[in-house]
Amino acid sequence: MRRKWRELPIAAGMLAPSAVVLGVFVVYPLVRAVQLGHLRCDATGKRCREGGWGQYIDVFRSNEFQHALANTARLALMTVPIGLALGVGLAVLADKQLRGIGFFRTVFASTVATSVAVASLVWFVLLQPEVGVLPDLLHGLIPSLKHPGLLRDPGTALPAVALSSIWASLGFTFIVITAALQGIPRELYESALVDGAGGWMRFTNVTLPMLGPTLLFTSVVLTTRAFQAYGEIALLTGGGPDPERPTQTVPYLIYGQNSLVKNDIGLKSSAAVLLFFVLLVLALVQFRGLDKRVHYAR
Amino acid sequence: MAQVRLEHITKVFGEGDAAVTAVDDVSIQIDDRDFMILLGPSGCGKSTLLRIVAGLEAPTRGEVFIGEKNVNDVIPKLRDVAMVFQSYALYPHKTVQANIEFPLKARGESKADRSAKAKIAAESLGLGTYLDRKPGQLSGGQRQRVALARAIVRQPAVFCMDEPLSNLDAKLRGETRAELVDLHRRLEATILYVTHDQVEAMTMGTRVAVMDRGQLQQIGTPQQVYAKPETVFVARFIGTPPMNVMPLGLFERSEVLVGVRPEHLRVVSDSGVAATVRMVEQLGHETLVICDASGTRVVVRQDADAVVPPVGEEIHLDAGESHRHRFDPTTERRIEA
Repeated sequence: MRRKWRELPIAAGMLAPSAVVLGVFVVYPLVRAVQLGHLRCDATGKRCREGGWGQYIDVFRSNEFQHALANTARLALMTVPIGLALGVGLAVLADKQLRGIGFFRTVFASTVATSVAVASLVWFVLLQPEVGVLPDLLHGLIPSLKHPGLLRDPGTALPAVALSSIWASLGFTFIVITAALQGIPRELYESALVDGAGGWMRFTNVTLPMLGPTLLFTSVVLTTRAFQAYGEIALLTGGGPDPERPTQTVPYLIYGQNSLVKNDIGLKSSAAVLLFFVLLVLALVQFRGLDKRVHYAR
Repeated sequence: MAQVRLEHITKVFGEGDAAVTAVDDVSIQIDDRDFMILLGPSGCGKSTLLRIVAGLEAPTRGEVFIGEKNVNDVIPKLRDVAMVFQSYALYPHKTVQANIEFPLKARGESKADRSAKAKIAAESLGLGTYLDRKPGQLSGGQRQRVALARAIVRQPAVFCMDEPLSNLDAKLRGETRAELVDLHRRLEATILYVTHDQVEAMTMGTRVAVMDRGQLQQIGTPQQVYAKPETVFVARFIGTPPMNVMPLGLFERSEVLVGVRPEHLRVVSDSGVAATVRMVEQLGHETLVICDASGTRVVVRQDADAVVPPVGEEIHLDAGESHRHRFDPTTERRIEA
């Protein structure tokens, strides 16, 4: 017992660096956000008064938060399944021993090195009706590409943001799934081949189940990213177009330039804390719900 | 069931300077209901040959026949071949039942048929109580039997087995050898079996094809391969401890290599080769006397109850004419007297 206590200073010293980093950058902001979340501030953001814990419920029930949460969920529903499907598709295509396949792997993975800002600017320029290439090429198919432009049409603004977001995340998904594919023993495919399974059957009976844990992980990461997406919205639509504001997501509501609550630190904090809990519940649901259906090979 | 015929099979991996010839002009005929063992050290091309039969590799040259049909351009699914892998290649996310059913599912059989056939296959290998388990919950021996059940369930014309026992411990390996022989008899199957273990080859095979560096060295019954090795390689590869192949002039004053198996060397008083005893290994059922004859290591096997010369003693070794195997020193092939 005494020996244990003697080691305490050493233990504390060794834990200190991590504890400081964790404390300053995670614990303190979290506690501070929870505190701020029950303040109401005036338009200048300088003077605040106590709003009470009930403010969390008020914010959660508010039309603005509900609207932003619905938009965020829509964004996630567009980006996660499509992003996963494209990532798996490209990774399976590139998982072949072909000459020059390294070039394609590099291309497919390249967006991992592209920041959200760059990706958003690329898509902003591509989709601009005045200068973009896509509107000129495809306006016959999709008239709104030219008038008023995908990002300015309330019906297409969110899908357009999703498009940019999917593209930006594809490199990450591709790399993670490629790595997982290479971990699947070749013999499983060979065995399936000799047993008479065709390409689709090998994909559904070997590839997909063996990717299970990776798909679960990737879907949690992509969902979290979708719920935290801010850069692409700020750069592409600014939460607009008005008045419907179909791209005003929860993160944009929290710190966007054109956000309705842009000066009220209290409301912003309480929205941020609510987002944290929404994400926590989502991740739990994903792990709980899918974990049973995922097989972890030894 | 069917015959398998390999005609002048060559397999080259890579191109140009990096080209490696894994199989070099090998022709083998595996008769219907044969238990043919492809035996050789790692990298001798035996697994490649097996994969060529299963359709997992295409030969660079040569033809593969299953039955009367040339199957060079036939996809694995249509070759009617089942394969058992060294790693068993069981689907870890599927139950034992689903694993065994898989080949039938791939062939579009109805659920009821699949289930019934899988149960029969599982029962015949003693897996009846494990059908709902996943491979991860089974022991190595049980997994191995699941792999076998998956192979037998669709009654293929030919079984290809790639070192299926090498991941088992020694005791289980011995038991499974006997089970495989029994299975072969029950199924009346044509089996092509790859191994580097000569004990498996000797005990299970109806015939053995010994390979080295991509080339077929000898093909025959286990007894033929043991009693009359065609090449120095086969002589040294088969038998534990291996045959003593003496350098020129040591055993006989002739221009041939002479090989004598350890059990056929006799300790004599004066004639024969002079040697010094270096070490004696008592193995219980036998004794190995390791000698040095003018710098060549020679192993003599004696019965456990024989009188063993002490270490350091000068002895003489001899062998009867019928036990001397002679090989050409340049081609290393057997010379028949």
